Amino acid sequence: MSGSKDLFQPATTAPPIREESVDPEGGTGQRPRTLVATERVAKYFPVRAGWLGRSGRFLRAVDGVSLRVRRGETMGLVGESGCGKSTLGRLMLRLLDPTFGRIIFDGRDVTQSSQRELRPLRRRMQIIFQDPYSSLNPRMTVREIVGEAIRIHKLAKTRADEEARIVELLEQVGMRPDAMDRYPHEFSGGQRQRIGIARALAVQPEFILCDEPISALDVSIQAQIVNLLVELQERLGLAYLFVSHDLKVVEHVSHRVAVMYLGKIVEQGLAATLYEEAAHPYTRALLAAAPQLDPDRKRVRLVLEGDVPSPIDPPSGCAFHPRCPRVVKGTCDREVPLLEETFRGTGHRVACWNPHTE
Amino acid sequence: MVETPPLLRVRDLVTSFRTDRGPLRAVDHVSFDVPRASTVALVGESGCGKSVTALSILRLVATPPGRIESGTIELEGRDLLQLPEREMRAVRGNHVSMIFQEPMTSLNPVYTVGWQIMEAIRLHQKKSRRVARARTVDLLGLVGIPEPDTHVDAYPHQLSGGQRQRVMIAMALACEPKLLVADEPTTALDVTIQAQILELLRELQQRLSMSILLITHDLGVVAENAQHVVVMYAGQVVESAPVRDLFARPMHPYTHGLLDSVPRAKPSASRRLRTIEGMVPDLRDLAAGCRFAERCPLRIDKCVLDEPPLDEVAPGRLSRCWRPQDVQPEASP
Repeated sequence: MSGSKDLFQPATTAPPIREESVDPEGGTGQRPRTLVATERVAKYFPVRAGWLGRSGRFLRAVDGVSLRVRRGETMGLVGESGCGKSTLGRLMLRLLDPTFGRIIFDGRDVTQSSQRELRPLRRRMQIIFQDPYSSLNPRMTVREIVGEAIRIHKLAKTRADEEARIVELLEQVGMRPDAMDRYPHEFSGGQRQRIGIARALAVQPEFILCDEPISALDVSIQAQIVNLLVELQERLGLAYLFVSHDLKVVEHVSHRVAVMYLGKIVEQGLAATLYEEAAHPYTRALLAAAPQLDPDRKRVRLVLEGDVPSPIDPPSGCAFHPRCPRVVKGTCDREVPLLEETFRGTGHRVACWNPHTE
Repeated sequence: MVETPPLLRVRDLVTSFRTDRGPLRAVDHVSFDVPRASTVALVGESGCGKSVTALSILRLVATPPGRIESGTIELEGRDLLQLPEREMRAVRGNHVSMIFQEPMTSLNPVYTVGWQIMEAIRLHQKKSRRVARARTVDLLGLVGIPEPDTHVDAYPHQLSGGQRQRVMIAMALACEPKLLVADEPTTALDVTIQAQILELLRELQQRLSMSILLITHDLGVVAENAQHVVVMYAGQVVESAPVRDLFARPMHPYTHGLLDSVPRAKPSASRRLRTIEGMVPDLRDLAAGCRFAERCPLRIDKCVLDEPPLDEVAPGRLSRCWRPQDVQPEASP
């Protein structure tokens, strides 16, 4: 019944969608379709050795990633802990400075922009955090939390305007206005996440980084928040980078999905394509490892051995090769595979020397 | 199940906590069995009482503020709640062990993992240091730690999250317990590591013919690992059924809602998930009637007035609902 069986069969129904064909980049006189992009961006953190000293070694959290998020779309970013997905998100928001590479926001290179120059852009990009408990100031009321940014960016002329705007924002996220003068601890996890979303929406952003927004929530509440995010996107035309380790949820909310492993994107494509025709052995392993709601499912024997290697000294060649069931000796351990399209025009890209092709 | 008595029989367990805003009954007359050499899953969302139930079985509920008020917890016919603390200490580890969600905080950072496992062995069994160490190395090998004779001297921070959980399992298995209580054992782990740990638990269960009480909120983990499922909501058992029956046809609207809100089949064009509207009720301020009534799509007047009993609704199946036959699964794709 479930996706696991379909996963290993070629999709016969849907005609290949030319992903790029819907992307008239440049030349049409419109605003660029791409809202945020990274170009070969990398973030290396120096590794400290012993007392204060520097070891001269680096942790390669993100290692040469090019990723685009288009207006109004959800780009899903999946991977296991330590793969660099959250770092990549923070680089996109310029909350971290890249070691090299470029960040483009709305057609403009913002890699070198100062904090001052970034101020007006901050209004256009926001973030929703994983932990609704630690991301809201416990000493501020909901009114202050949601209203703070409105005041900083001078988005309301009068106090009455500000109040009306806060009420409107709370209603947008499904909360009653009487929540305004209460404190975060008076709310459940799901409601706090709604407050966090209202805060992000306060400045009318175009791009929101959703960093594991539902991981800390219960299943039934997760679905409520996912639906809220989808609804807001449709209503307000928001672009999301949806970072999560939960492949199933990502499949549901995303238009396109990228899979990260040890600082690099190993596979990327339209959500439907990626889940049905996963070509990278790591993507397949991730999909097979996720438990299914089917007691009779024949467990796919694709349990990966060992742990993710350290990003300080990543393996040579393809970083996945020590755990890969399809490793080609002499190639995978020596040469880094590039992220290339499987078939021209499909937008389905994979970085693998020996991808699944069936 | 009728002929052979279960390994663990919990009846009418009540555990409550004192809070600033009045007493809170976290576990309210919970009853279930764990048969020998099988896995029973205790499922529910945060605050439903599943972890407190687990802690009650080992009598590890912090008192105060917590207190086991009434009920019986029989392990092989012996009521654990009647044992003096000294005898209970012998039960823990020897007969019942527990592993926790957070392997980072459950291990002592200043001792080697080998030392900690040896301590567990020497505490419960009269063994010499040398024998205990050899047994520890064996156990680390059994749970799949590479080079166990080297890693026996490693400190927790030198191991990965998955390896630490393996160490916890090794420690729990040190005295070959008959029952392993696993409280969200893979929640903190990545999916590929989760798959490894669950595989390991299944393997060890077969080899040692031990029973597992698996506490989890993840229905996928339940489907693939348990033989029987007990669903809890707001401190009560609301449904209990063999795993296949439960997933094929839930007979409580809450179970149905839970199954439905997990993304499973192909995403719909609308990209929306089904939800259970509303929130879990406050256990200090319960209304009359069914605790799920406020969120229930099948609610009738009776539900708001009378609390339904946990009744047998089909052979081997219990449900706490006035309309169990009306709970329909979505048409399977």
